[in-house]
Amino acid sequence: MNLEELNATATSERLARTKKRHHLYVCVGTACQALNSEQIAKALQAELKQRGQAADAEVKCVGCPGLCSLGPLVEIESQVNGQAAAAEAKDDRRRSILYQFVKPEDAGEIVAHLDGEPVKRLETPLDQPFFTRQTKIVLEHCGKIDPERIEDYIAVGGYQALLKVLTEMTPQQVIDEITRSGLRGRGGAGFPTGLKWGTVAKSDPNAYPTHVPEGIQSRKFVICNGDEGDPGAFMDRSVMEGDPHRILEGMAIAAYAVGANQGFIYVRAEYPLAVKRLRTAIRQAQRAGLLGSGIGGTAFSFNVDIRLGAGAFVCGEETALIASIEGGRGVPRPRPPFPAESGLWGCPTLINNVETLANVPPIIMKGADWFAGIGTEKSKGTKVFALTGQVKNTGLIEVPMGISLREIVFDIGGGISGGRQFKAVQTGGPSGGCIPAQFLDMPVDYESLAKVGSIMGSGGMIVMDDSTDMVEVARFFMEFCMDESCGKCIPCRAGTVQMHRILTRIQEGRATRRDLHILEELCDMVKHTSLCGLGQSAPNPVISTLRYFREEYERKVNGEQKPEVRIQKPESRSQNPEARSQRPAISS
Amino acid sequence: MPRTLTINGQEISARNDQTILEAARDAHIHIPVLCHLDGLTDVGACRMCLVEVAGSNKLLPACTTRVQEGMEVRTDTQRLRAYRRQIIELLFAERNHVCAVCVANGHCELQNLGIEVGMDHVRYDYIFPKLGVDLSHERFGMDHNRCILCTRCVRACDQLEGAHTIDVMGRGAKSLIIRDMNVPWGESTTCTSCGKCVMACPTGALFKQGSTVAEMVHDAEKLAFLKAARERKVWNV
Repeated sequence: MNLEELNATATSERLARTKKRHHLYVCVGTACQALNSEQIAKALQAELKQRGQAADAEVKCVGCPGLCSLGPLVEIESQVNGQAAAAEAKDDRRRSILYQFVKPEDAGEIVAHLDGEPVKRLETPLDQPFFTRQTKIVLEHCGKIDPERIEDYIAVGGYQALLKVLTEMTPQQVIDEITRSGLRGRGGAGFPTGLKWGTVAKSDPNAYPTHVPEGIQSRKFVICNGDEGDPGAFMDRSVMEGDPHRILEGMAIAAYAVGANQGFIYVRAEYPLAVKRLRTAIRQAQRAGLLGSGIGGTAFSFNVDIRLGAGAFVCGEETALIASIEGGRGVPRPRPPFPAESGLWGCPTLINNVETLANVPPIIMKGADWFAGIGTEKSKGTKVFALTGQVKNTGLIEVPMGISLREIVFDIGGGISGGRQFKAVQTGGPSGGCIPAQFLDMPVDYESLAKVGSIMGSGGMIVMDDSTDMVEVARFFMEFCMDESCGKCIPCRAGTVQMHRILTRIQEGRATRRDLHILEELCDMVKHTSLCGLGQSAPNPVISTLRYFREEYERKVNGEQKPEVRIQKPESRSQNPEARSQRPAISS
Repeated sequence: MPRTLTINGQEISARNDQTILEAARDAHIHIPVLCHLDGLTDVGACRMCLVEVAGSNKLLPACTTRVQEGMEVRTDTQRLRAYRRQIIELLFAERNHVCAVCVANGHCELQNLGIEVGMDHVRYDYIFPKLGVDLSHERFGMDHNRCILCTRCVRACDQLEGAHTIDVMGRGAKSLIIRDMNVPWGESTTCTSCGKCVMACPTGALFKQGSTVAEMVHDAEKLAFLKAARERKVWNV
């Protein structure tokens, strides 16, 4: 498909849309699908047919519009005065209604009220801060297009950026544009994306010994990291489920910029819906000539394959991910050499997170300056967060960098649920930290979060109320890291076990002050000696809760607070560790 | 092209393809190692050889970090000594390493490191999971309780013997060295019984049969039998 054909498809698709007076968007993301939203779509369709309105209205299964706590969600967009002919319908002539907690049996009522007053009992306002305070770039199409139809994506301007770079820009210009935009990696560490692209583009594929399997021609690779594993995080899943073509387009642009002809999307197998939609998207893009050889009539070829993760959190770490794609055991290796120089099968490899790649097409279309105008001095653009925990509105949000935590929690999130008080917000998952109330007005960007002992991370944001036991929070994340440690390096493998035991002892009211001291020593050691990011950041939840909520630890250690949680004792013979540690370990 | 760098204040020169560990050894500077073994590729897993490099905010493994011009390396700071002791303590707490009843007592790299880092006691809980001992092979044995998961046997089997019989199963503290698809050693169809894994093992986890403590049969009662038999001139009791 070349640019003319692309434009023709987009125009005809848009024209077909304007012929329908009503558009019914039914969320079929994982959360709403689990609540039977596919049945809702079917019921609406049947109802429209029965009432003879099928020609007039269209039901669309779409990705996540964000407000998961009110799901299943159905959004209805109608033309107000029935003027169907206008090709470019303006927003003010459209009316949008959002229905919450929809059940399949509500279909009749919804369809009956299409032209009249909305169904009051189901309606939730669209002008609430949850929607109005967001800035959507990555999620702009989620909830608006059918992720299983490439035509929907083309109708909203999809693949324009890819054809633009292929026909109008040199690879270096693409890299310069991304560099100028100030985009930083959305996977957690915030490495400047343009710099990474530039390094891969410059890297010599013959600088390191390679072992590329037969049948693969490419000597540079692009990998999309969709191994999202933080507890409570579902940003990447929603993008993969709601707008899969966006990721393919971002990958193809990246591949053109760095000189790769083969890409891999590494998705965890626990995301079957995302895998299915990505597979569909790849097939459609290949058929449309937007992936494969000779893309858009140019000489550029790029193929994408999917690789499934087998359930290891550590495979989100780039070197472990590469080992996993190569078919080996998913364990990290020391860097340097970085994957940008020697990655997949020893070749220069670009690894970007799902959200990073999804930012690429709009930067190309709207320009680096537009993107750089959003956010703070060092953190540009927006960030998608999965807002969860003790907050009224849980779901997926996209906010400009630099917004305050207070705005996220109290305006967009609607405040603490159950009438309780705010205590802390946890960002960055098991690698991050807890941020207490005194930093609520701090801007959310990479540097500020690091300063208070947390990280941006991939975007998990767990809000905690005053009933939260912070030691238990630390213990939970330590247990997660202990279970997910690959076992290669000793500090992470054995250190997390010991830290978890001490935290468990504290919770059971059996810990001494000496335990607290040993815990802090271990935190420092594991943080500074572990091989990869998992181990290096595993102590962060403990360090940050010790920093801001030390009195909770002290109360439990001093026996002032009776243990509240009963924890099942781990199977072990060390009932009395104090006595046991007296035993000499080395005989002379 | 040679590189000039300083290790612990001492100026040394090294080839540009050398690691910090190799350069230090050439200059007779000791850096403790555990998962490193000459002849095998390095994996940087044990973290014993971590060194401080001026200008880097991270500690770097000497075994996998290449020398650079003007590098200022410190191998024996107070901080590194404390970390190394903690790492050795963690190993002694992780699985059963009771030297007094170990086949490797006296020639064990873990034991030597325990002495080197001054580990006079262990501050952490002894976990001591009850792991099995595989004696199904006719000549060798493996005691998982003594294994520190350094993967030297895995690499020796793969890189020197070319058999790749041995690998790691599971993850984290539950990792276990296995043969083939986790079969008893004696039933492995790929093992060539070359014994390279036993040579590579730094502890008493892999051993030649007949050398374990329990197998050292003294037969002391035979002495009394001999004396009595000689006195009575009766041999067929």
